Amino acid sequence: MEYLNAFWVGGVFCVIAQILIDKTKLTPARILVGYVTSGVLLSALGIYPPLVKYAQCGATVPLTGFGYSIAKGVEKAVDQYGLIGALTGGFTACAAGIAAALIFGYIAALIFNGRPK
Amino acid sequence: MNKKEYKKYSEERAKKSPLFSNCIKAFLCGGAICTLGQLLKNAYEALGISEESVKMLVPVTLIFAAVLLSGLGIFDKIAKHTGAGTLVPITGFANAVVSPALDTKNEGWVLGVGAKIFTISGPVILYGMLSGAIYGIIYWIVKVI
Amino acid sequence: MRKDIIKFKNPPSIISRASVVGNKEHQGPFGGKYDMYDETDRFGMPTWEQSEGEMQRQALNLAMKKAQLKAEDIDAIFAGDLINQCTSSSYGLLDFDIPYFGLYGACSTCAQALLLSSMTVSSGSFENCAAVTSSHNCSAERQFRFPLEYGSQRPPTAQWTATASGAFIVSSKGKGPYIVEAMGGISTDMGINDANNMGAAMAPAAISTLSRYFTVTGTKPADFDKIITGDLGFEGYSIVIDIMEKQGYDMRPVYTDCGLVIYDREAQDMHAGGSGCGCSAALMAANFLEEIERGILNDVLFIGTGALLSQMSVQQGLSIPGIAHLVRIRREI
Repeated sequence: MEYLNAFWVGGVFCVIAQILIDKTKLTPARILVGYVTSGVLLSALGIYPPLVKYAQCGATVPLTGFGYSIAKGVEKAVDQYGLIGALTGGFTACAAGIAAALIFGYIAALIFNGRPK
Repeated sequence: MNKKEYKKYSEERAKKSPLFSNCIKAFLCGGAICTLGQLLKNAYEALGISEESVKMLVPVTLIFAAVLLSGLGIFDKIAKHTGAGTLVPITGFANAVVSPALDTKNEGWVLGVGAKIFTISGPVILYGMLSGAIYGIIYWIVKVI
Repeated sequence: MRKDIIKFKNPPSIISRASVVGNKEHQGPFGGKYDMYDETDRFGMPTWEQSEGEMQRQALNLAMKKAQLKAEDIDAIFAGDLINQCTSSSYGLLDFDIPYFGLYGACSTCAQALLLSSMTVSSGSFENCAAVTSSHNCSAERQFRFPLEYGSQRPPTAQWTATASGAFIVSSKGKGPYIVEAMGGISTDMGINDANNMGAAMAPAAISTLSRYFTVTGTKPADFDKIITGDLGFEGYSIVIDIMEKQGYDMRPVYTDCGLVIYDREAQDMHAGGSGCGCSAALMAANFLEEIERGILNDVLFIGTGALLSQMSVQQGLSIPGIAHLVRIRREI
């Protein structure tokens, strides 16, 4: 069951973005920015956490889940350190993801070259 | 025809993206990536890895796969068809990081790779952190009150 | 009064031509006609920008060889490409030791270079002039769109920058094909700001040049064996047909577009077709001028169309001006 929930919720997130791309000519970079900030907003409004509970990876793997992690991280850091946590919480929560992308990306650049489309 | 009329004319006659089939492909691919994430999560948990670590390991694994596929020149061939299905999951973020890095080696490792690795992903990180910080301040104010 | 049309008193000849293309162009409908191709698109160079320059070098080298001319025989080169500050042309043609003028007219550069070569040769300033242009899909993707491995989806109106280069030698001595007339384009901006629909952005410039030419000369499309635009792709091509028809000109029987035909659009998944300064240059060099020489075509209008955008203008949300330069090529005078 949890696989099915992850599948359809994750799929729906992608469909919304696809409609935005095809209908509004929003560039992919804007879509990604929009998804991350919406993730933060939806978490702040308390809408996202129940969705994560229901769909698990269907909600955490899309980029909105990145925003969700940031929001959760900020909450935790503010609880722990006070106002300064608003600055540290976000990066702490996504440190693994961002570092992985940058470091793997760099290593890939050492090994591979861009090739014709 | 004035500019406004011409713009309308050209937009109306322009061949449209096949929205329905694009959405189906995006749905199936995005759903599959999330399901793969779920599989990984359950597998890592079955190995007895702590919940906190699994939370980080799942995206890291997907990022690794996306980076590898980008390096091998396969990712863009898939994404051409799947569109938002590969863009929206964390795989799209990984591809956004690795693709400019691969492409800018000739411009040097500092101002080429080092700087351009953030061309597409930089805005995502910036606005993620910015909105997070704003939420953090609001959260703090609400808590104090 | 502005002199709309340049009628050359001593029409210069295109005495030699050469084309160099990449893999996808080689696999296209005119694959067998190009002089050279490299299936890796690299042309033995470490960067894509240098690959593009190398294509120009090989194209000019071959065009000179075919005409049995040495670098000392060429008075000047007019050359251009799409890369920042025309560096592919500047670097690619560096070793020839020939006076060099870098041009930017986006995809219209080939027609622009032919026009300027003809003017300087016909006026007697130069005897032999080279017109060279190129585009490379990889260097253009990098500069104007996304990194090569970026997973993006191209809309159906998008055009594909061709990996291609064409070189022409325009000479005062020769037996045709002759450039008999030319007309400089007026940049036209009809408010299109979608860089994925450049055909629609460039079509008004092509229409402006065509109807200006027909009005001034009193000709009509049927007076020509072929009217070739480069490169409007499917969108721009069909807009030209539609709007010209509303103005009373039936383009259909004689009209073709280099971007429309350079690829098999369906089989090669090329959406609206090809574009880039090399697209029309390579097709003119490999196909249309050959057809003129063989007598299949006698009187041809070639209209190079360019979208004058930069990455910055797109980011700043400016609309895209188009330009269309015309040259009339005849087998005999």
